[in-house]
Amino acid sequence: MSARIFAIARNTLTELTRQRVFYVLLIFAIALIGSSVFLARFSFQQEFQILKDVSLGAMSIFTSLLAIVATARLISQDIEDRTVYTILAKPVPRWEYLLGKLLGVLLLLAISIAVMTLLFLFIFQAREQTVLNETSRQFSAAPHEQLQAALDAVRATALRHDVFLAVAVIFLKACLLASLTLFVSTFATTNIFTIVVMVAVYFIGHLESTAREYWLTQQSASWLAKSFLAIVALLFPDLQAFNLVDDTVAGVVIPLALFAKTALLGFFYILIYTLAATFVFYGKEL
Amino acid sequence: MSRIAFAFAMLLVFGVMKLPAEHAIALQRRSVDVRDIANLDLREKVGQLGFVAALSGFRAVVADFLFIQAYVAWERTEWGRVLLLLRQVTTLQPHVPLFWDIAAWHMAWNASSAAMNDSSQLRLALRVKAQREYFALGKDFLERGIKNNPDSAQLYEALARLCHDKLNDHARAFECYAKAAILPGAHAYDRRFAAYELSYCDGREREAYEKLRALYDEGENERLPTLLKRLKFLEEKLTIPPEQRIPDREN
Repeated sequence: MSARIFAIARNTLTELTRQRVFYVLLIFAIALIGSSVFLARFSFQQEFQILKDVSLGAMSIFTSLLAIVATARLISQDIEDRTVYTILAKPVPRWEYLLGKLLGVLLLLAISIAVMTLLFLFIFQAREQTVLNETSRQFSAAPHEQLQAALDAVRATALRHDVFLAVAVIFLKACLLASLTLFVSTFATTNIFTIVVMVAVYFIGHLESTAREYWLTQQSASWLAKSFLAIVALLFPDLQAFNLVDDTVAGVVIPLALFAKTALLGFFYILIYTLAATFVFYGKEL
Repeated sequence: MSRIAFAFAMLLVFGVMKLPAEHAIALQRRSVDVRDIANLDLREKVGQLGFVAALSGFRAVVADFLFIQAYVAWERTEWGRVLLLLRQVTTLQPHVPLFWDIAAWHMAWNASSAAMNDSSQLRLALRVKAQREYFALGKDFLERGIKNNPDSAQLYEALARLCHDKLNDHARAFECYAKAAILPGAHAYDRRFAAYELSYCDGREREAYEKLRALYDEGENERLPTLLKRLKFLEEKLTIPPEQRIPDREN
């Protein structure tokens, strides 16, 4: 069973790679290197702050886009190429087929985010080292304590370990979007429909927490408004909950328990959307 | 079709189950001061596009973009625009002390100097008024920054500098340096600067003398020219007995 799932996952990853989706990484690299060159005119505190914000923001948008666009075409492409008939004619249950497809996308996302993280770390470390060398040169005649204080000031603005947890949450959010896209694609008729729906879901998902709070706390709202808010709050994922990067980069210390709870919520979302996708896909006429 | 409807019903049931978890996470986020971005005040400040971008999880990137725009506006000495953009930046990223610090610096140092040297304004009184308004704006940035980042030594130091350099408020400068000195990441000179500031406050000379003397007694590293000068000044003012005074050769 697992061998079949992994075979489909591997095949999906290969197909996606042939679609040159990894070009996204090239754009990321250009954005990163370009911004780091441009930012050289700022002070090192400003430069490091912006470099972290831009890199992690780019990681978030690229992985989200990749998750939606890569998943949206999986089923429809297989139907168009008639690959799905060949696979399902063999003793492969539909849930294994779907799970294999999803795993392929998740692998792609994992590879992409790993490469982006490595690239980000490399550029950040290189800039940090340059600033440290410049500082050492400038303070070469100063007493040792002053030099140490200046170097510590540079190091204090560098990366904190919880940035990696925030990157993990970005990955989780992309996985959630991929599973939700898979669900939508099981009943969508075209790729475009799936992508448009998912873009709308992406924006509404970031507003879900506001709708939920309003629905739960506002007593004076009309029943129509309350019903609408209830549907938004119940049906859409709370994507704002997965938005921890901005605050991590800003220096807010996020407790590990909050990361763990967010991760758990993410796993549940992925599970439910995959189950819903499987359920709909079983009834799909092929 | 019925399967799709059933799947949505399943999602609704899951929605009911996930509500308490989401609500708990939202409450915990609020308790650690993770900012809820969806407020109308921000929407008014950053415009529709910026608001949508900020909502979509790109708050930090939008803030950086605006910060770079503020930098360009500063190069063009468009002070009104610098103020507007920096207000947006600090609203979007209130937990980055750097943004508050830079915003205050632009207002209290750069914009205020430009206002004072504004050749288009012939009346000195109006130039001074404009300069004071920029000082107040700088102070406001720092005070709001401290409210959002109460553990930032950087912001307390900046406020102390502003009070000393621009407002001539030594008592407040002392408070800020003293507060900064006990916070993590403070500079070694904060304690010394706090004592310097206190030495300028009328009626607090004895307190200042004790602080400066304590620093002096810590050893050679603290016996810097300003410290010795202020200590000598206070010894004279407080008529400290000659045998308790610091040696003259070190002055």
